[in-house]
Amino acid sequence: MDAEAGSAIERARSGDSDAFRLLVEQHSHAIFRLAYRMTGNEQDAEDVVQETFLRAYRQLDKYEARSSFSTWLFRIASNYSLDLIRMRKRHEDRRERGTSEERDILDTVAMDTPGPDRVVYGGQVKDRVNAALNQLSAQERTAFVLRHFEGLSIDEIGKALGTGTNATKHSIFRAVQKLRKSLEPVVGHAR
Amino acid sequence: MKHASEEQLVLLYYGEAADAADIDRHLEGCETCRAEYRALQLVLNTVNSAPVPERGAEYGAEVWKRVENRLGRRKRRPSFTQWWIWAPAMAALLVGAFLAGRLTHKPGAELAKNQQIRERILLVAVGDHLERSQMVLAELSNAPNGRGKLDISDERQMAADLLEDNRLYRQTAHVTGDTAVANVLDDLERVLIEIAHSPTEVSSEQLEDLQHQIESRGLLFKVRVLGSRVHQEEVAPTAQKDTKKL
Repeated sequence: MDAEAGSAIERARSGDSDAFRLLVEQHSHAIFRLAYRMTGNEQDAEDVVQETFLRAYRQLDKYEARSSFSTWLFRIASNYSLDLIRMRKRHEDRRERGTSEERDILDTVAMDTPGPDRVVYGGQVKDRVNAALNQLSAQERTAFVLRHFEGLSIDEIGKALGTGTNATKHSIFRAVQKLRKSLEPVVGHAR
Repeated sequence: MKHASEEQLVLLYYGEAADAADIDRHLEGCETCRAEYRALQLVLNTVNSAPVPERGAEYGAEVWKRVENRLGRRKRRPSFTQWWIWAPAMAALLVGAFLAGRLTHKPGAELAKNQQIRERILLVAVGDHLERSQMVLAELSNAPNGRGKLDISDERQMAADLLEDNRLYRQTAHVTGDTAVANVLDDLERVLIEIAHSPTEVSSEQLEDLQHQIESRGLLFKVRVLGSRVHQEEVAPTAQKDTKKL
């Protein structure tokens, strides 16, 4: 952490809102990217960004300079995203419950999605990646995003999410397995 | 060395394999594992193509505008360090302090001022407590039912964490004579106990029972209303609070 950031944190802790503004402006883009990759939804990502800074402000005294400030913010954003994803999944499960006919139709539509050629050459790989990420559980997605996109070590992620190293490692393994299963038929064809 | 496992290759990809040198050597001589690693790399590199909507250069300033006012309200809180750590303990002290105040009957400006400060600290702690409680109740109320067992370990743990604080706040509300608050916290405590003592995985019947308890007491609504009231009192100027209770 550089001296300027350290000073801003100290001043923010003593109630200097201008100092906190600097921190918000400095970290907003990174938190948004993380939140979007976790939630897959712009509106949710904006909620996560906002809530992350509000929680960070309330908890500034809990921050210890041993870890970087951005990692600490990531931890807050990840945990809030996890709550949000779980809540969304439950709402979706509830909505879908009991409508097996609709699910059958959706399955049929899914089978009708373009074949690998059209997907690759139609530029829809990105959509498939998003769809594959959406198939991950909240825990798997969070651990995977933090490892893959944000470059946190498995140990750091375990601490941030309070899940421990082994459980985190297995979440990432499961996530990679699921992604391979979804994406290999597409990208394998492009090899 | 036998073939590398998928786990080893994933760790190698992320630079976290403890035996990276061994795996590298093995890959050099094993076409099967090399092909496997290439396939893994291809998928993981493809994941990087997932787009993230762009945000402009002014995004940080926009976020600040959205959060600024809400931070301002929080700043009026007494700026003691790490208040959340000792908030429950403070609640316990407050119970004693209110009791002592009642027994000694020493009205006066100083006493009233001290009581206002104590009430304010308590309000902040109760506000956060209600917010967290609401999250647990909403999660369970909205949980899907009729699809076999449901893992509620997160909610169970949160309920257990919330219970001790709830007891303190409820006792304080009783002591200060705020019956309405005490009653809501009383109802909340019963449900929190039920959740905390539920199995990690609940059956449809057990979940239905929990949901029924939350709904029949109108608990989620009551907690929302109380949370909103507490928040309003938290942001109200201290001078207006002298007639208000918890």
